[in-house]
Amino acid sequence: MATTTVTRSAETRSSAPSAGRVRAKSPYPTWFYLPAAVIYGVLFIVPTLIAFYFSLTRWSIFDSKFIGFGNYVTFFKEPALVTSLWHTLIYAVVTSGLKVVLGLLLAVLLTSQIVARGYLRSVVFFPVLVSTIGVGLTFTVLMNPEKGLINQSLSVIGIQGPGWLTDPSYALLSVALVDVWKGVGLATLIYIAGIVSIPQEYFEAARVDGAGAWDNFRHIVLPLARPATVTVITLSLIGGLRSFDLIWAMTRGGPGFTSDVIASVIYKQYQAGFYGLSTAGNVVLFVVVTAIVLPLSRFLNRKEVEL
Amino acid sequence: MRKRHIAIALLAAGSMALTACSAGSLGSSDDSGGDGKVSLSFLVDNAAETVKIGNQLAKDFTAKNPNITIKVETRPAGTDGDNLVKTRLSTGDMSDVFMYNSGSLFQAIAPEKNLVPLDEGQNIGSLDKNFTTTVTANSKVYGVPWGGFMAGAILYNKDVYSKLGLSVPKTWDEFMANNAKIKASGVDPVIQSYGETWTSQLFVLGDFANVLSADPQFADKYTANQAKYATTPAALAGFQHLQQVHDLKYENKDFASAKLPDALRYLAQGKGANYPILSATLSELISENPGSENKIGLFAIPGSDGSKNNLTVWAPAGVYIPTTTTGAKLDAAKKFLAYIASPDGCTSQTTASQPTGPYAVKGCSVGDSVPQAVKDMQTYIDNGASSLALEFLSPVKGPALEQICVEVGSGISKADAGAKHYDEDVKKQAQQLGLSGW
Repeated sequence: MATTTVTRSAETRSSAPSAGRVRAKSPYPTWFYLPAAVIYGVLFIVPTLIAFYFSLTRWSIFDSKFIGFGNYVTFFKEPALVTSLWHTLIYAVVTSGLKVVLGLLLAVLLTSQIVARGYLRSVVFFPVLVSTIGVGLTFTVLMNPEKGLINQSLSVIGIQGPGWLTDPSYALLSVALVDVWKGVGLATLIYIAGIVSIPQEYFEAARVDGAGAWDNFRHIVLPLARPATVTVITLSLIGGLRSFDLIWAMTRGGPGFTSDVIASVIYKQYQAGFYGLSTAGNVVLFVVVTAIVLPLSRFLNRKEVEL
Repeated sequence: MRKRHIAIALLAAGSMALTACSAGSLGSSDDSGGDGKVSLSFLVDNAAETVKIGNQLAKDFTAKNPNITIKVETRPAGTDGDNLVKTRLSTGDMSDVFMYNSGSLFQAIAPEKNLVPLDEGQNIGSLDKNFTTTVTANSKVYGVPWGGFMAGAILYNKDVYSKLGLSVPKTWDEFMANNAKIKASGVDPVIQSYGETWTSQLFVLGDFANVLSADPQFADKYTANQAKYATTPAALAGFQHLQQVHDLKYENKDFASAKLPDALRYLAQGKGANYPILSATLSELISENPGSENKIGLFAIPGSDGSKNNLTVWAPAGVYIPTTTTGAKLDAAKKFLAYIASPDGCTSQTTASQPTGPYAVKGCSVGDSVPQAVKDMQTYIDNGASSLALEFLSPVKGPALEQICVEVGSGISKADAGAKHYDEDVKKQAQQLGLSGW
């Protein structure tokens, strides 16, 4: 009995590569892929290639002129660019980090036996469903230094709140906090799914060994929720690097340029009619996001395999 | 059977696509029937006063020309509107007649390619030269004026000035001396409203008449990349003024978050004494703060030389016909432009909205019932003490000036750095326009 099992599994393993080669011959005729390929080509591949070309030109809506790498030179000489790159990194790291920490804590809370768990879960998730622009405008009103609810509440207990969005040293972080408020629900959801899928046997075994709540968290939840952590970090980092709508709704990159990120710089250049320049900016953004996220997700996923 | 189903489905999908197309091409569908009636679409921006004027013009014009009806459509103002106008022009989808800025923005919509030039039928002769130069490309005039001139100047509260015994300053030093006294009396000397960033630019843009009196050739040299803000002392002064006002804490406390309506209210209530702003905001000031029309005066932004202190003036926007308007519609559109450029057209605009500056059409008057600030402005213009803003004399205008002014005016950066930053900013615009020497 045992021998047959072994041989069969050995057989399966040795036949696996040839099965892979056989799978290349699909049961569907090739033209089945055509509609999808046409849509993908027309809507994604062609515009991407054209964008690379137009980033090398100075174009208006009416005509275009090839100028080589001039746009890239201008873009990297732009004083706002270096600061905006830095802001983008701060923004991405702050929002991503806080979403991981808060999302994990909330998920632990919301998977424990507490009153009104289902209701609380939906409350945490609710901000994700609201329009970003709506959230931005609402918080702009709440964070008004003189008339906003936040500073008025603080003044009741005798604290003079700062100009959340008008003080150059706070503006970017204030927007990042609102981003966390809005996005933490999704991180929590991913973590809840990760924690719920951990088999109860581990916890039972740990209890038999005399583990406390902290040990459970440190040695069971944290390592076994790693796939969830990887997903949350990757998603929120990409989101943070290319974030635009919330920043634009709340500060438009201001005051001055103190909360400008790459995406808002690109948008402003597009608005000003520097189409070639902003196309080049988009290519830069594409490269930056890829350069950060690709190695990071390789690194995180490799760790997961080793575990 | 099945094949027929597919055929019907395809037909339905096809016809749906067709209807979608014709619904999408706004205003280009030809609905001038055989009875000689013509309907024109007229695109204006969506500011409340603009829409009022547009509707009044449409109504009064149709009363005179019963065969032509005009439908007013609106678009966003500012940079969103710029994109929309450019897109509709380039796709041949523009309304039959449209209103848009004159000066550098007019040059950016490729007028020779996209617009129909005016001919004698549109009263070119009766248009003010200061206006026609701003809607001219290759010695052809393309637009008629919408509304009146406006000034970039300082609006001041006359009550505060008379209570403290102050007089209207001619030089920057006199202005700052006034401000010291105003500050001592507990009133904010200078109102700023960086909650709406465009309002931050007036100390720089409104100072241009003073730059021009110091160097009459500045605009040409600037266009040719031979003069810079950072290295021309008279031009740099605007940025320095902005910094000074902040350094001496002369701004209202909430300058960083206040918006235009807040600022106008502070001025009307006497909480602030001076507000550097465009005179076009007067109509909002008066309608939101009744009884303030004679309490608010206007003076040109003071410069270094009191004897040459001129007012910086913005030309009115223009009304244009795109080349996509043809046939009976073109004739009707030309008639409509001729009407706007006539005294009747001015009267119609005055009926709709309180004029905030003199009209650019000869034979038009704003009347005697205008607010005090408009009378002050008229005095400068009648005395020949006014000149056009830089954006009408040179196509070079950087898009980031408002943010740079906010930075300098809130102490984030210094005047020199701001001016240098702006010089870099305009370079991109000049290159985009393909000017020589950049």
